[in-house]
Formats: sequence, structure tokens, C-alpha cells
Amino acid sequence: MNAPVKIPVGSAPLEREEILLAVENVSLSFGGVKAIQDVSFDVRKGEIRAIIGPNGAGKTSMLNCINGFYHPQQGRITFKGRTRPRMRPHEAASQGVARTFQNVALFKGMSTLDNIMVGRTLKMKEPFFWQLWRHGPAMREEIRHRAVVEDIIDFLQIQHIRRTPVGKLPYGLQKRVELARALAMEPDLLLLDEPMAGMNLEEKEDMCRFILDVNNQFGTTIALIEHDMGVVMDLSDRVVVLEYGRKIADGTPAEVKADSRVIDAYLGVAH
Amino acid sequence: MSDVSLKSELAAFRMTPGLWTIAGVAGFALLLVIGSLTGAIGKDTFAYRVFIDPFAQMVEMPDLFAQTLWEGLVGGVLYALIALGFVLIFKASGVFNFAQGIMVVFAALTLVGAYEKLGTIGIRGEAAAFIALGVALAVMLALAYAVERVVLRPLVNQPDIILFMATFGLTYLLIGLGEAIFGGNPKVMIADQLYLPRGAIDLNILGGRVTIQKLDIAAAVIASAMIAILALFFQYTRIGRALRAVADSHKAALSVGISLNQIWIIVWFAAGVVALVTGIMWGARSDVSFGLQTIALKALPVLILGGFTSIPGAIVGGLIIGVGEKIGEFYWGPLVGGAIESWLAYIIALIFLLFRPQGLFGDKIIERI
Repeated sequence: MNAPVKIPVGSAPLEREEILLAVENVSLSFGGVKAIQDVSFDVRKGEIRAIIGPNGAGKTSMLNCINGFYHPQQGRITFKGRTRPRMRPHEAASQGVARTFQNVALFKGMSTLDNIMVGRTLKMKEPFFWQLWRHGPAMREEIRHRAVVEDIIDFLQIQHIRRTPVGKLPYGLQKRVELARALAMEPDLLLLDEPMAGMNLEEKEDMCRFILDVNNQFGTTIALIEHDMGVVMDLSDRVVVLEYGRKIADGTPAEVKADSRVIDAYLGVAH
Repeated sequence: MSDVSLKSELAAFRMTPGLWTIAGVAGFALLLVIGSLTGAIGKDTFAYRVFIDPFAQMVEMPDLFAQTLWEGLVGGVLYALIALGFVLIFKASGVFNFAQGIMVVFAALTLVGAYEKLGTIGIRGEAAAFIALGVALAVMLALAYAVERVVLRPLVNQPDIILFMATFGLTYLLIGLGEAIFGGNPKVMIADQLYLPRGAIDLNILGGRVTIQKLDIAAAVIASAMIAILALFFQYTRIGRALRAVADSHKAALSVGISLNQIWIIVWFAAGVVALVTGIMWGARSDVSFGLQTIALKALPVLILGGFTSIPGAIVGGLIIGVGEKIGEFYWGPLVGGAIESWLAYIIALIFLLFRPQGLFGDKIIERI
């Protein structure tokens, strides 16, 4: 199978009990629409945490709050022990939050390689002056980061599409390139918004394997939104369930599956 | 078997619009050549003067042709440089920056103005010129910061047309500011103090004498170097990749930690530097006045030719326009009493648009319906 990859690990060895991210009493509304109401949950270091719920439950809004795209009107988000003030997405990124999007957001005109290299932006520090001449320190830095990116490409088995503009790739591969770009950031927390949406069975199995490998090999903490219940139950350590912006259940997959409110939310209440 | 494949090949062959154009032009040229050789088209007819005589002149006097070509190329490189200023900003923020022309003037005025101010406190010569160059760069950086802070940030997510109008506002602000600070009189560019060469080289080639201004050589070399550096920078470095990423998708760029504000400042500063270099070169060839901003309008046909997002397009488009208008002016201008240089560029661009609406380097426009 895969040779051991030498990607520097973002987080420390697994410490299951340490809380990486805490969301406390967060509420978010757009005008009269209450997208999230008073939701609290936490993500422990090294776990795979699933967020599930019917359409419009506020799952993606939740990720957008964590990622800094939205600013909740109420509540606190604590990441790595620091409660953060209003923050912009690139600040969240520099603190170690990476994400993928529900509807793939790649740089379509650029090659797979360039897309993933963009993920290294925050790790590259050499000043403008050297970059302008593409020489000296900037060139050495470029080579160093290229090596890391090649490791990620090997890891996700996308060697053959290295030079292809991503706009030309099939959907399943685009999702994989997006994951590669997020991994290139060496994140402490990886947010995946429906990583398997629209995939066939084989692609789903591949993606599941990659998510588990990322979690095992790099110890990356992962929070994911997914609709495929089988996938969620197999992958995740703990599950939080949202409905109409409220949290209705939180626990291990087995606990959540047995919860009557969750069954009602998914199958409809029997009257 | 071979008969069948030949048939299918013939069946697959279709006259595309491009082929029709080529066939038409070739047929017309053949007709003219035959006509003039057989004497059917006399030397004093209109057709002869338009279609035969200019080419005959080019062949008979290659030294004049070389001279015209060289001047066209120099003009073309400078047009490409101006177009590059537009392309940089359009790529990263989707804004057509109407103020690019006045930025050229403002940068050049700042340079000369700072030099004069240094003269009043007793600093003169080359040292003063390079201090003034630093001042002009600093002013362009300050302008980039101000534009990002005051114009772009409050208008983020607004329709493109709003941002376009905002650059109109910026244009008139810079005109007023420039006149208030530096006055409206034309100034002389400090070319000597910046070690730009003067004088000319005479080459005895092609049976005649071709005169090449040293300043033009310097302009061509500096502009080419600048274009090359910017093109490489865009393609192969972290910031270059970030610029292209911002152009492709704002939210994805944000999610990997690219700061839009920082990128915009870099882009506007780069456009400011391009404006400064353009101002120095054009200023040294004529002088530094507000009339210089109209040369930026010459970049429009270049952009139409090359496509708004393509750096190679800006280069090739600039060269075609530069060479085309010089040769047109020299060989065809006298037919209509001269001075066609001011509008010929737009005609060339229009003719290209007829056949390639997407520009030379744009993607083919395919619309789903």
C-alpha cells in the first residue's frame, strides 16, 4: 500500500480527551431566518466528528462560522484554547483551519499542482523581492514546498493528473484535489463539507479510505458533514445532529442512531 | 480501401469561416498581381495605389521599411507595457481600471516634481534623481494602500460596473491632485539623470541608413525585461499563484489563507510600478504632461486584440498595434492626407474582432443554452 509519507504532522499525537474546538451557545441569523440557534458542541483532538441533519439544518452555516466566513451574533468559538474574536477566513486559515466546499471551489484555470501549491501559501515566507526574481531563497523554498506537495499527490494517488487544469477533471477527482489542497495547509482542524456528495460507490470508498488515512497517519482532527448514513456511522467517532438550526442529539454513532428525535427528524414523526 | 478513406476524408473536409477568409484574401491578391502585371490596373488607378504601390515601396526601399518597423516595435512594446497595467488589475479584481492612464502621468509628475523640490534644497544630479525615484515608488505604494482601503474594501461584492465607475472617480481625483501639487505645465523628464542614453545610432544596412534612437533601445529593453519578469512572477511564485487563485475563486482563496486585501494592494502597487516605468519612457520621448494619459486609451485596442486576462495577449497585441499603426501611417497615410495613426489602432482591433470575437488568446466562447 502507501509508503509512509513524510508530511510534517500538524497536531501532536492523539490525545483523545483534549478539546481542540469548542462551540458554545452559537446563534446565527440572516434577517429573520434563524440559521443556527444556541448550538453547543466540541471537537476533541484527533477524532473524526460528523455533523449531520436534514437539508437546511444549518450544517454548512456551522462550518462557515468555524471557518470565519460567517460571524455568529451570539456565542463563543474556542479553538486551541483561545476564544477568538470576530475573525476573517484567512486568519482562521493561519491558525490551522482548512476546509473543502460542498460545491467544489477550486481554481479552475490552474493545474492540479498549482492548486495544491496555493495551499502552501501560508507556509511560504520568503519576501516579495526574492520571489520577483525567482531566485536564491525563494527558489530553494519553492523546491522544498514542491517536495511536500509531491508527497501529498502520492498519498492521494493523483500523480497522473498533476499537470491537468482542474476544470477538465471529473467531479470525483476534483473533490480529491480539493482535499489535497486542504492537506497542503497541514491543518490542525480539517473541515469537510459533504466530501462524498455526488460520488459513485467506488469513489466513496476511496474517499473514506483517504479520510481515515489522513486521520490515522497525520493525526489530523476532522469535522465532516455527510448525508450518507452508512459512511457517517463507519467513519466518525462522534456525531452531532442538527435540525432547523438546533442541536437535537450528540454522541457516538450507536447512541445517535437509537435516538428517537433523530429517527423522527429523518423519517418524519408518526402521528 | 484507400478509395473509401479518401472519400471519407473529402466528406469530412468542410470550408470553415477561417478557410474562406484565407481563400478570399489569397484570391484577391492573385487577381491584383495578375491585373498589375498585365497592365489591366494602371499606375494611376486607386486600386494600384492602395493595394500594389505600398508593397512595391517596401520591397524597393527596405531601409525605410526597416526604420518604420523598428519604430513600430518600440511603440508596440510600450503599448504592451500599458496594457499590462490594465491586465494585472483586471486579472486579480475583475475591475477595468480607467485610472491607469492618469496613474502613468501622476507617477511621472511625482518623479519630476520630487526632483525639482530636491533641487530647491540643494540636492541635484543623479543622487537627487534616484531619491526622487524612491519617492515616486513610495507614492505609488501609498496610492495602492489608499485605493484598497477607501475604494475597493467598501465596494467589495458590488457589481463590476460600480467598481468601474469608482475608477472614473479616481481618475478625476488624480487629475485634480496632480494639477494642484505640480501645476498644469508640461515638464521635462529627467532622463539624463536617470542614466537613460541619448543620441542615435546610424546603421548602414539594406542599401540605406537606418537611424535608431538609443533611448528607444533602452525603452524596448527595459519594457521587455519588465514584461518578462511580471509574466514569470505570475506563473511560478507563491504570490503569483495567489493572484491567479484570487482571480479564479474568492472563497476558495480565502479558505487557504490568502488575504484579499493584501493581494489587491500588491496588484495595484505592481500596476503603479508599471505606470511609473511607462511614464518615464513616454515622458523621455516627449515630455511629461496631462496629455500623456490619452496614450492609455491606445491600450484599449491592444486589450481587445489580446484579451483582457492574458499577459502574452497584451504583449502580442501591443506589438501588432504598434507595428500596424506605424506601417499604416507611413505607407497608406498619404492616400488620405496622413494622420491616420490616431485611429488606425481601433480599426485594426475591429477587423480582428470580426474574425475572433474572443481576442487572440481568449478562450473560445461557447454558451450553453
